[in-house]
Amino acid sequence: MNGYNFAYLDEQTKRMIRRALLKAVAIPGHQVPFGSREMPLPYGWGTGGIQVTASVLGADDVLKVIDQGADDTTNAVSIRRFFARTAGVRTTARTGEATVIQTRHRIPETPLREDQVIVYQVPQPEPLWRLVPSRAETRRMHALADYGVMYVRLYEDVARLGQVAVSYDYPVMVNGRYLMAPSPVPAFDNPKMHRMAALQLFGAGREKRIYAVPPYTEVRSLDFEDHPFRPSRAPHACGLCGATDSYLDEVVTDDRGTRLFVCSDTDYCAHRRARGAG
Amino acid sequence: MSEDALLSARCLTVSFGEIPALVDVDVDLWPGEMLAVVGESGSGKTTLLNVLSGRLTPERGVVQYLDPAGSLRNVHAMPPPALRRLHRSEWGFVAQNPREVLRMGISAGGNIGERLMAQGARHYGQIRAKALEWLAQVEIDAARIDDLPRAFSGGMLQRLQIARVLVTHPRLVFMDEPTGGLDVSVQARLLDLIRGLVARFGIAAVLVTHDIAVARLLAQRIIVMRRGRVVEAGLTDQVLDDPHHPYTQLLVSSVLQA
Repeated sequence: MNGYNFAYLDEQTKRMIRRALLKAVAIPGHQVPFGSREMPLPYGWGTGGIQVTASVLGADDVLKVIDQGADDTTNAVSIRRFFARTAGVRTTARTGEATVIQTRHRIPETPLREDQVIVYQVPQPEPLWRLVPSRAETRRMHALADYGVMYVRLYEDVARLGQVAVSYDYPVMVNGRYLMAPSPVPAFDNPKMHRMAALQLFGAGREKRIYAVPPYTEVRSLDFEDHPFRPSRAPHACGLCGATDSYLDEVVTDDRGTRLFVCSDTDYCAHRRARGAG
Repeated sequence: MSEDALLSARCLTVSFGEIPALVDVDVDLWPGEMLAVVGESGSGKTTLLNVLSGRLTPERGVVQYLDPAGSLRNVHAMPPPALRRLHRSEWGFVAQNPREVLRMGISAGGNIGERLMAQGARHYGQIRAKALEWLAQVEIDAARIDDLPRAFSGGMLQRLQIARVLVTHPRLVFMDEPTGGLDVSVQARLLDLIRGLVARFGIAAVLVTHDIAVARLLAQRIIVMRRGRVVEAGLTDQVLDDPHHPYTQLLVSSVLQA
């Protein structure tokens, strides 16, 4: 597109972000500050993710963007079109064909490969933010690996509700060292991060932080020995493709309370139906 | 420096601008002993406590701590992670206002369990059992384990704070006016509790108070401070029964007899 640099951001900015990314990859789970730019979309819509994607995108990359697992929601469609116009890259809805996947709230059901990069949009990179009001203090706690207070939160859940009631953004330990917010993906997706073959990059635009999980890195969800981590999913089969292993969305289909459970990963669901399932 | 003292400080000097807060203060604390620091407001008691516990670095002087392995550690030369670990395990700090220390939005059980979890306890059942055990130790009804501290009275909050600190069996506890702001009957019960726990677990403690009666009841030794200087030090009964320094005499004579 005329008047714009490749993938919208200028080269100096991309260079700065890539340096932050390299540092983030070198220290898995550690939040690296970066000079977040104004992007032509509002905070909370993926300004962090879009800057990371712009910095790693090459001319021969194939981009997939998902929002809550779907390729056809407003956020996903506009970000995909943004890069199709500013970078001229090929876009796809197929998980298998993509080389860069930008995501909000989900990890694709299809296992990712070594030659793929997944970019998460992160609203709040600090896992301790509701527990410790001071950012200076949370940084010190990360530096000293002082994470007792996170367990206090889990303890409270078990004491009050009999189980850990965190259903999304479930805190994880990366490489046995840093406590990390996995972005608001459902706890169901946490096990997919563990020793994932693809490179995982996290961008928080408003909070100006980047962090990363390199391929095949240990990512453990926090739990107690006698209350092990259990990913939860609605106890149904997908109403369209019949999958019993995917994360489901509950859709209200009329005004008499009829509801339908469908795969939140639209590409996975479509792929299964194309092969004759359901 | 005394060889076998648990905590030993020499020539501590701190000033806040023009105001001298501590002037050449020496302190020794032996294992299992309770040392009271008394004096009027502004005499440097709390400053002394902050310096001894490593929260404040003195302009001059050293504080040495004898760790369980038998080696002396300079408290102010310790790297911050080591000091923090010490504060979470072998040391404890009981503040005057429990609301500053307790997590008011977290249940009593969670508050007691925090130090355990910070030390790596990862078994919910065991943490809970410990919390129940310590609620019993500080005479709080076990049924209140899941209540928020908000619903507790002042005396219960202070006892909860003590349980939270002692759950990891520290060897050394710093107490900053633990009975301040409580009414007399609650104070008496709390003093009784502290005396019992300290004796049972062989805890050494530095107790800052402005209340001579508290010092007499709890402490074996006492130091009397005035304007940042130690004016008198010795066995509690000796100092309080036969005060030498005019200021100590004034302090002792101004206690109201009930």
